[in-house]
Amino acid sequence: MSWPTKQLVAEPERYEFRASSVHHFDLARRDFFKMLGAGIVVFATAKESLAMQETAPSPRGFHNEELPKEISAWLHIGEDGDVTAFTGKVEVGQNIRTELAQTVADELRVPVESVRMVTGDTALTPFDAGTFGSRTTATIAPQLRRVSAAARALLVDAAAKSWNVTSDTLVAGGAKVTDPSSGRSLRYAELARGKTFSQTIPADDSVTPAAQWTVAGQPIPKVNARDFVTGRHQYTPDMRRPGMLHAKVMRPPSFNATLISFDDRAAKATKDVLVVRDGDFVGAVAPTVDAAQKALAATRVSWKESPQIANAELFTYLKQNAVPHSDPRFRREKGSVDEALLSAAHRLDASYTVEYIAHAPLEPRAAIAEWVDGKLTVWTGTQRPFAVRDDLADAFHIAESSVRVIVPDTGSAYGGKHTSDPAMEAARLARAVGKPVKLVWTREEEFTWAYFRPAGLIEVKSAVGADGKLAAWDFHNYHSGMSGIETPYDVANQRTEFHQVPLVLRSGSYRGLAGTANHFARETHMDAIGHSLQLDPYDFRLKNLSDPRLRAVLDSAAKAFGWPGMKTKEGRGFGLACGMEKGSYVATCAEIIVERDSGNVRVVRLVEAFECGAIVNPDGLRNQVVGAMIQGLGGALFEAITFLNGRIQNPHFATYRLPRFRDVPEIKALLLDRKDIPSAGAGETPIMAVAPAIGNAIFDATGVRLNGLPLVPRGWQRG
Amino acid sequence: MANLIQLEVNGKKYSVHSDPETPLLGVLRDEIGLTGTKYGCGEGQCGACTVLIAGAPRRSCQVPVRAAAAKPVTTIEGLEKNGKLHPVQQAFLDAGAFQCAYCTSGMIMSSVGLLQTNPHPALADIVQFLQGNLCRCGTHPRIIEAVGQAAKMMQEHAL
Repeated sequence: MSWPTKQLVAEPERYEFRASSVHHFDLARRDFFKMLGAGIVVFATAKESLAMQETAPSPRGFHNEELPKEISAWLHIGEDGDVTAFTGKVEVGQNIRTELAQTVADELRVPVESVRMVTGDTALTPFDAGTFGSRTTATIAPQLRRVSAAARALLVDAAAKSWNVTSDTLVAGGAKVTDPSSGRSLRYAELARGKTFSQTIPADDSVTPAAQWTVAGQPIPKVNARDFVTGRHQYTPDMRRPGMLHAKVMRPPSFNATLISFDDRAAKATKDVLVVRDGDFVGAVAPTVDAAQKALAATRVSWKESPQIANAELFTYLKQNAVPHSDPRFRREKGSVDEALLSAAHRLDASYTVEYIAHAPLEPRAAIAEWVDGKLTVWTGTQRPFAVRDDLADAFHIAESSVRVIVPDTGSAYGGKHTSDPAMEAARLARAVGKPVKLVWTREEEFTWAYFRPAGLIEVKSAVGADGKLAAWDFHNYHSGMSGIETPYDVANQRTEFHQVPLVLRSGSYRGLAGTANHFARETHMDAIGHSLQLDPYDFRLKNLSDPRLRAVLDSAAKAFGWPGMKTKEGRGFGLACGMEKGSYVATCAEIIVERDSGNVRVVRLVEAFECGAIVNPDGLRNQVVGAMIQGLGGALFEAITFLNGRIQNPHFATYRLPRFRDVPEIKALLLDRKDIPSAGAGETPIMAVAPAIGNAIFDATGVRLNGLPLVPRGWQRG
Repeated sequence: MANLIQLEVNGKKYSVHSDPETPLLGVLRDEIGLTGTKYGCGEGQCGACTVLIAGAPRRSCQVPVRAAAAKPVTTIEGLEKNGKLHPVQQAFLDAGAFQCAYCTSGMIMSSVGLLQTNPHPALADIVQFLQGNLCRCGTHPRIIEAVGQAAKMMQEHAL
C-alpha cells in the first residue's frame, strides 16, 4: 500500500482550492425497503440550475467553487409513521441532528420526535463532500425540506385517491391528512401501510416560507440530549466490537523524520502483541492500550531528522517564500489602486500576523476498523466520511464500495477533523492482525500530528480622502487563506490578493478558516485609520459602509453595548469590529481591562449581533454564537502553537492555554431573525470579529496598537 | 503485575485484574465498560474524566486503580435513579448546557461534587470550582446557569 504518514499534505481550506468529488448514489432503492420496511421513499436530486448556483463563483468571494455537482437527500416514511431522513453531513456539536429533524418535521407536518436523522454513513446516506463551510443549513436543510414537501404531497394524493376527492381540498397536519369538508382523516402510518413506493423529484418544489414555519424556528432542545447527560451516547472512543484489540502508533521524534532502523525482536517475544512496520509507519496491537504501548517501548528504532524552521523565523519565511502565481481566483482588483494610494489625503500602511493555533477538540481523533471478507468498516469522528472512505480505498487498493465509514455524533471538530489519519492507522493494523482494532489518539498526538489553523502575514496599504472616505485598499494575505479576505466597505480602488506559501506545519481548515485573520487585519486597520482621522470607530465604519445587513448588525451591537457613550477609564477600553462571510453578518463589541500591575488583560464584556437569514433553531444558534465568541477569545488573547525543529513545544492543555471559566466574560448575543432571507450557516462567522474587537479595545485602553494574534500571550508586558 | 482489585462502582462490586498503578479511567472504560467517563487529556488538565470517589470529585486519569479500591466510586452512569435524572443532570438538560457534550459527564460530576460541599455556591464559587474542566465549545455561561439551577432544585427537594 502507499502509506501517507510522512506526506505533509497541503490542506489550507481545501474546499476552497481543491476539487472534491463526484456524485455517488450508493444505496439502491430496493435496499431502502429491505432496511427500513415498507412505506414511502422520496429521493431528491438537485437540478443542474441549483448545482450551478452552488458552484458558481460568488460575486463577493473566491470560494464555493468546488462543491459537488449534485446535492441530494432522501427520506423514508414507514408503516408505523416514523420518518427517517438521510444526510451525509455529520453532527459534531453544531446541532444539525436537531436542526435538520426540525426542518423535516416542519415541512412534513409531523412532531419532531417522530423524525430520525441518519447522518454521515457512507453506506446509507447521500454523498456529501463534508461538514464544513457552514453549508448544512444553507444547502442540505432546503433539500430535506423539498423531499419532505414531496412526501407530504404523495401522502395527500394517496388520501385523496382513497376518498375519491381532489387533493387540493385536503390538509396535511399532525402526521395525518384531513378532509375539512367531512372531518375524516387518515394517519400517515395508515397511508404508508403496505406500500413500497418510491419517487425521485427534481428538488425545486415549493416549500413552506419561513414566516409560516411552525416546528422550525422554535428553540427545540437537542433531540438526543438525554443521552449526553447520562453518559449513554457512544462517541468513537466509547465503542467496541467483538474481539476488538487496542492500538498505539509510534510517532517520530519530529516532523518529516524518516525511519532508518527498526528492531522488533523484543516485542515479538511478547505474547498477544503484534508490531507492524510499513515504511515509516510503526504501530502495535494488543489486548490493552497499555500492552500496545509497552510493545512500542520495547521496539528499537532510530530516525533521521532534519532541521526545520521555528516560530521566530516564521513571518519572514512566509513573506520570502510566497509562490508566484497568475491564478485569478487568488487576486481581485478594481480601479486604480496604486494611483489612489499615492494621491489621497491620508495614507496608512501596516502589517498583521497570526500564529498557528490548534483546534483542540475535546474528543481526540479516534477510529475503530474492522475487516470482514476483504471489506472494511471504520467508525471514526471525521467531518468528511466520504473522503475518508476514498482515502481508505486508495490506500488499501480496494473498491470504494468495499469501504464503509460511519461517523458517530462526535466530540467536536471546529474544522479540525477533515483528514483520515486515525482511520488509516487503525485499518492498517486491523488488516495485519485480522481483528477489529481501536485507536484513540492521546492529547499529545492530537496537538502534534493533526493539523493547525495556518499562520499568516497580512500586509495592508490604505488611503483615505479628506472626506473620511476610503480611497484605496490594498490587502495581501500570505499563507493563512482567503476566507473573509474581501472588504465589505465601499472603496472604488481595491486589490485583494492571497499568496500561497509552502507549508511550514501541516495546516488546514479551522472554524471560520482565515476569516479571523483577515477580519483581524482589516478591522484593526479600520480602527487605526479612524483613530488617525480622529473619527469614532463606529462613525468611520458607517461612513464607508452601504451594505444594509452589515449596518444592521453593527447598529444592533453598538446600541446593546452602549456605544459610544462611554468614557475610557484608566486601564479600561472599548472596541468594536464587524464583518460578513458565508452569507451571514456579525458585529462584536468588547470591553476589556488591562491590569498593569498584574499584567492581566481581562475581557469583561462581549456583545455580538449576528444575522444569518431565517433562524431555524434560536436555542442551537445561541449556543453556536456564544461558543464562537468564547472560542474566539482564546485565539485573540493567548492561543499559539510554539515549535522548533519539527517539534511542537506545547502539546498539552497545561502549556497550550484555552479559554476556561475564569476567562469567560459577561456575554450578550443578539440574534437578528430575517424571515425574508434564506437561512445561512452559523458555525463560523460569529467567531470572526471577536479578535479585532478585543484588540481595538486594548488600543482604546492603552494607546498601544497590537498587530499580532495572539494579542497578549504573556499578559500585558511593561514598556 | 496484575492483581485482583476489588472496586465498588455505582453500588456494584467488581473484581478486576489490573496493574494497581493503572489509572482508574482505563479500568472503568475498558474493563468495566462504563464509557460515560471520558478521556480528554490523561494529564488531569481537562476534567472530562471526573468521577466521585467517596463523594469527592477526582480526575480518574490521575488516580491509580489501587487508590480507588474499597471506596465507593460514582460515575455519570450512577447518577440516574429509577429513570429519574439527578438534579444536576436535569439542570444541564433544561439549560441545553452542552454542544458536542464530550465534556458534559465531567462537568456534571464536578458540579455534583461542588454542590455536595457547597449547596449554595455563589457565581464565583462555580467559576472557581469548574476552572479545571474544559469546555471547548464555549458553553460556559449555560453550564454556570445549570449549576445554579441545580442548586435551587436540590434545595427545594431538601425542603
